[in-house]
Amino acid sequence: MGTPQTMLDKLWAAHEVQRREDGVSLLWVDRHLVHEGSHHAFAKIKARGLPVAEPELTFAVVDHYAPTRGRSRIADPQIARMIDTLRGNAAAHGLRIYDLDDPHQGIVHVVGPEEGLTLPGLLINCGDSHTSTHGAFGALAFGIGATEVAHVLATQTVWQRKPKSMRITVEGQLGAGVTAKDIALCWIARLGTDGAHGHAVEYAGSAIRDLSMEARMTLCNLSIEGGARFGMVAPDDTTFAYLQGRRFAPKGTDWQAACADWAALASDAGVRFDREVTLDAAEIAPTVTWGTSPEQALPITATIPDPADLPPEKAEASRAALDYMGLRAGAMLEGTPVDQVFIGSCTNGRIEDLRAAAAVLKGRKAVVPGLISPGSAQVKAQAEAEGLDRIFTEAGLEWVASGCSMCVGMNGDLVEEGKRCASSTNRNFKGRQGRGARTHLMSPAMVAGAAVTGRLTDVRKLLQGRAA
Amino acid sequence: MAGWRRHRGRAVSLPVANIDTDQLIPARFMSVPRAEGYGTYLLHDMRRDGAGALRPEFPLNAHPGASVLVAGRNFGSGSSREAAVYALVDAGIRAVIAPSFGDIFAANAVNNGLLPAKVEDAGFAALEAALAHAPQEIAIDIETRSITLDGAQFGFVLDDSWATKLINGWDDIDLTLNHSAAITAFKQKRGQTAAWAWPKEME
Repeated sequence: MGTPQTMLDKLWAAHEVQRREDGVSLLWVDRHLVHEGSHHAFAKIKARGLPVAEPELTFAVVDHYAPTRGRSRIADPQIARMIDTLRGNAAAHGLRIYDLDDPHQGIVHVVGPEEGLTLPGLLINCGDSHTSTHGAFGALAFGIGATEVAHVLATQTVWQRKPKSMRITVEGQLGAGVTAKDIALCWIARLGTDGAHGHAVEYAGSAIRDLSMEARMTLCNLSIEGGARFGMVAPDDTTFAYLQGRRFAPKGTDWQAACADWAALASDAGVRFDREVTLDAAEIAPTVTWGTSPEQALPITATIPDPADLPPEKAEASRAALDYMGLRAGAMLEGTPVDQVFIGSCTNGRIEDLRAAAAVLKGRKAVVPGLISPGSAQVKAQAEAEGLDRIFTEAGLEWVASGCSMCVGMNGDLVEEGKRCASSTNRNFKGRQGRGARTHLMSPAMVAGAAVTGRLTDVRKLLQGRAA
Repeated sequence: MAGWRRHRGRAVSLPVANIDTDQLIPARFMSVPRAEGYGTYLLHDMRRDGAGALRPEFPLNAHPGASVLVAGRNFGSGSSREAAVYALVDAGIRAVIAPSFGDIFAANAVNNGLLPAKVEDAGFAALEAALAHAPQEIAIDIETRSITLDGAQFGFVLDDSWATKLINGWDDIDLTLNHSAAITAFKQKRGQTAAWAWPKEME
């Protein structure tokens, strides 16, 4: 038997075309996903007169600028131009595009898995930092910038130095109302937004094994908020069951061969990681951010921290965050009034997320306005088949089409200056949801709880007597 | 892209941690073609008030000629948007000095000739102290990984491959196209050992 290997080792070796003397590897890219924001990269290859090297491995998705209402006539010429530019580039290079009217359109990190384009053992690139989402399947998936997108378009390869390995092990059982979102916010709060810089994170342990694919995607998606460009979970029966029969997934004998290869991807027993972190699932509570960085997160039962009590390197940032967020140190986090809610995004816009929100909202009314944008047209159709849309609209929330929407605001879905939004998204950065917008990150169920009470609320109270 | 080895310029301090990509360039400006320039959008909402007027006290506004930024830890965390780097480069910034950088941001910086110079906490504190009241002349040498400011020298950390790239102004596509034969051979081998890796649409 050879030296034990991590899943990262195996995935890296399977894609390494060559390694330079300086240790940087040239890696083969199995799937390249592009979106409207990839316009800089298309302009770069056009300027050099280069074609797309592998159009069959390149897929275009309209998501960042996708209008969630009134799609047939886009009023904002800038948004229309961004979408038209992607259409033009896809047509010029013969790429399959998931356009606004496609029944499989959605957010790129929801569509890839849904379509079976995302598979274990693949290397997946996209010009978006949340590409780590696809690592939930046991893929080497990472976000890249425009220069690298142009490089992948032109060569189907990418230069990378292998990151260090890090394992986050979560053992035990999550409590009722506690989700993958809470696991992620918990570790990021503990280690910091740069806590996993330079590392590829593998999530392991019994609590991770128990997670659905949707939940694993949420967890891997948020890896970048802790500084890790890569997040991954070893493929298992849950993974295979999710993928079997998906449109682009292997079929027949290919499927058998694939499953055998994928089952061998897991990190070998006894392998050493460069860094190990362990969490106890039972200790994780529904978690909410109070500041302007994902690391500024606390259990909903906590009080808003006093900067004076924090270590000096965190105090100044905390003061600025409280000022921006309009919050008072020492006050209870629970009970903070919100102006509106948002459920959606590549982090928490999947069917399971909508079911969790509906479980809270059923038969209740929202006391603040809110928007629910499913992660894809398929998620939308599924939710409507289950009657979830009616639960949302009867609660008084707006049910709209899929896209990145209010997570990043590029399509015009914005939070107004000074307004406070309970949001199932990934970044509470200043101005992320609109200039001066105040974002609190939390799970979809917690957002639903905030909708019915108009305040940050411990959703566990609202779930008593209900199937979560 | 022109390579560079040494730079002399004015350094200004922006003593804030976690300056993320959404602050470096808010999303609403990202549909602009690069040719139009991104410099005016750099740190837009920090530099400007609600009406769009420059805040005179903001360091980059008070010292518009600065070419080196000294900023807090985790600079450029967040999104993969290369526009964050375009905004810095188009505003005349050649190097950012910080205790740590977002991984994707740092790679994007190097791809655009912008140096992400990582310094130890002690060196960082000394640089911050030296720049606390006014900008200073600074000299940076990529080859020796050294920063000279106010008569003192500080080292910085930079991956060797990135140093080579910055110095030579290399473009990866040209380098990679020299490896076309190896890439083709790899693709053929992968097609045999992992046929399932190619998407086949269900009939």
